[in-house]
Amino acid sequence: MAKSIGPNIWKFLDERFMLSDLVAFGKKKTVPEHRRSFWYFFGGICLFLTGIQVATGVLLLLYYTPSVDAAHESVQFIMSEVKFGWLIRSVHSWTANLLIGLLFVHMFSTFFLKAYRKPRELTWITGFILLVLFMAFGFSGYLLPWNELSYFATRVGTDIAGSLPLIGPWLKSVILGGPEVSQATLSRFFWFHVALLPLAALILIGLHVLLVQTLGMSKPIGEKGKKEIPFFPDFLYKDALGWTVILVLIGVLCVFMPWEIGTKADPLAPTPLGIKPEWYFTFMFSTLKLVPAHILSLEGEKLAILAFMAGGLLWLLVPFLDRRAGREERSPLFTWIGAALAAYIVTMTVLTYTLPKL
Amino acid sequence: MKIPLIRYFVAAALFVPLAAFGQKNSCLDCHARLEDELKAPAAAFPGDIHAQYGLGCEDCHGGDPSQDDVDRAKDKSFKGSPKRAQVPQFCGGCHADASAMRAYNPALRTDQLNQYWTSRHGQLLKTGDTKAAVCTDCHGVHGIQSAKYPKSQTFPWNIPQTCGRCHADKDLMAGYKVPTDQLEDYRESVHARALFEKKDLSAPVCNDCHGNHGAFPPSVTSVASVCRQCHPSTGELFTKSPHKKAFDDLGAGECEACHGNHKILAPSTAMIGTDDRAVCTQCHDKGSRGFEKAAEFRRQLDGFETGFRAAEDLLVEAKKKGVEVSDAEYRLGDVSTLLVSAKNLTHGLDEAEIAKAVNDGEQSLAAVKAAAVKALDEARFRRRGLAVVTAILALFGLALALKVRAMARARRGEGSPGSPGPEPS
Repeated sequence: MAKSIGPNIWKFLDERFMLSDLVAFGKKKTVPEHRRSFWYFFGGICLFLTGIQVATGVLLLLYYTPSVDAAHESVQFIMSEVKFGWLIRSVHSWTANLLIGLLFVHMFSTFFLKAYRKPRELTWITGFILLVLFMAFGFSGYLLPWNELSYFATRVGTDIAGSLPLIGPWLKSVILGGPEVSQATLSRFFWFHVALLPLAALILIGLHVLLVQTLGMSKPIGEKGKKEIPFFPDFLYKDALGWTVILVLIGVLCVFMPWEIGTKADPLAPTPLGIKPEWYFTFMFSTLKLVPAHILSLEGEKLAILAFMAGGLLWLLVPFLDRRAGREERSPLFTWIGAALAAYIVTMTVLTYTLPKL
Repeated sequence: MKIPLIRYFVAAALFVPLAAFGQKNSCLDCHARLEDELKAPAAAFPGDIHAQYGLGCEDCHGGDPSQDDVDRAKDKSFKGSPKRAQVPQFCGGCHADASAMRAYNPALRTDQLNQYWTSRHGQLLKTGDTKAAVCTDCHGVHGIQSAKYPKSQTFPWNIPQTCGRCHADKDLMAGYKVPTDQLEDYRESVHARALFEKKDLSAPVCNDCHGNHGAFPPSVTSVASVCRQCHPSTGELFTKSPHKKAFDDLGAGECEACHGNHKILAPSTAMIGTDDRAVCTQCHDKGSRGFEKAAEFRRQLDGFETGFRAAEDLLVEAKKKGVEVSDAEYRLGDVSTLLVSAKNLTHGLDEAEIAKAVNDGEQSLAAVKAAAVKALDEARFRRRGLAVVTAILALFGLALALKVRAMARARRGEGSPGSPGPEPS
């Protein structure tokens, strides 16, 4: 296909970028096919959605103004006056949420398939850090429209960070750029969102994809079948089918439920009742609300935050803890731990929205 | 000049026991051990505003609370509880004394007692009617709160209930030939809605129209002045209108004649015109000039209001369909002000002015309506666009699915000889 561009152009590019080697690699690359290979597609969908986020984010930068006096107005302008601005912003917001949801699905599917086992430990680690990065994308992006909900949710979220033992007050001050959510906070959230996090994500995605390409897809433990399909074009076509479906879903969501702008934040207004962070933080948020004020003479909230941090660290190190999977043996204990965690996350998230008093 | 630190310690050592001695209050100690109404003062007084200003039982009732013995505590200065008829004078002992009040709350007025004696309550009390309201009926006895405190009996949203305790009591009011439906009527009024539903503390309650300490029912001639306190522009328009002289000649209360008194409902265009709900027909018979004008004002306002509601509905529909219309909503808010203003102008009966206001409003409304129609067009465009894009993507997806199936068949050797299916090298 590439050669149809013209032999001379192809030769010119090939001599400089070693394209023949890439094409040869692409032709040689295969993907295992078995009854669980459906879960392989979530990685590709996440990558596709990341591409959408970059494209729409760059377009939003044309009109967005990161100032407390103009941020909300600029988003309103994008939604009402800019040609297709409503679509770009709604796609950006809906895709951000779908992406984080699908990243969770991707992470748990690789966990249950034990795809983290040797030699793919680093693929797991980079993947988990990417999930944390995308949650940070969500947290920083949520404040940018400077509306009432995002303002107070940021205040609540940073208060939680501030309650961490020892580093809490310092961390809160670094995140906020001062004692309160202010212009300094908006400026640094904007900087996080469009500069620091994209750079970190770019490096990690590159590393993650490189590892996936060089190590190939992992087969579930005990999978005897040796059936493989070519990555190009067979697997890619199937991937594209998934992308097409998700694209239609995003289109329907954007047209029928464009992302709201909300009321402009008023720092002097009282905190509205029932304020909560974005849905993907609610399982942690609700846990913090449920823990007793004191556990064994220690502050319950601080203890819960430390427990989450320790849990996250253990989750990151799962490839090294699950020795049985490393020996290609089934590890039901880890499967149960994963199932319990997934059930906990889903239950707490659902309860946050169904029990108003939680 | 530096004072040695030791002096502070000596002073503190001397004053701490004194302070502890000064805090002793045998009145509260004893009454707290009693029951029912004798216990009530001890239970309520710590939360009383007088206690918060540092006043004690003896400041009103006399006596010596530092004494443990009852007889010594109730010394010569002990005044006990005042009789009901003496309560105004009892409270006025301080509250009517500017120099006494200066020590506690210099901003508080000291004319309440004088005003009270001019009130209907005060006049009745003077005649020996001890059922007439006195200070404690509205403010409470022990446990009196500042009117700024939301739980106080005299806080705006508690006042209707405070007054209603007596004025809605049929048995109590029977002797005075006063109606008892005011509280019920007020609760249905537009003022009560503003107070209770919108929590608007500036909404009028009983004392805003009747006065508080000098409470008196406003007479026919003064009702309009009462309403003008909050509705000055309406009052001004009415004064300039031909109605002013006509109402005066008839001896009719101005505002009250059309809007009522306690049950003042939200004014609507329906009040103007010639149908059954219109108030104009109370005076203007069919065929009269006033009757014709009322019909004309109604026609103009109805046209404006109908257009306003239609634009409002269009905006709601566009918003439901996900189009951003906050700018048009803001402009509709301005038109709403113009509509209220046009309705208000009917009090002045100036045809040209009303016509101009309606015309200006309708012009502004046209722009809002155009924005709403544009927003609905946009919603339709979005849905059509989605349908087209979905159809293209569905075709693309179908083609992909067929291709994937064909390739799978080719791999299994089931496909046609020409079907593609690159083999991994």
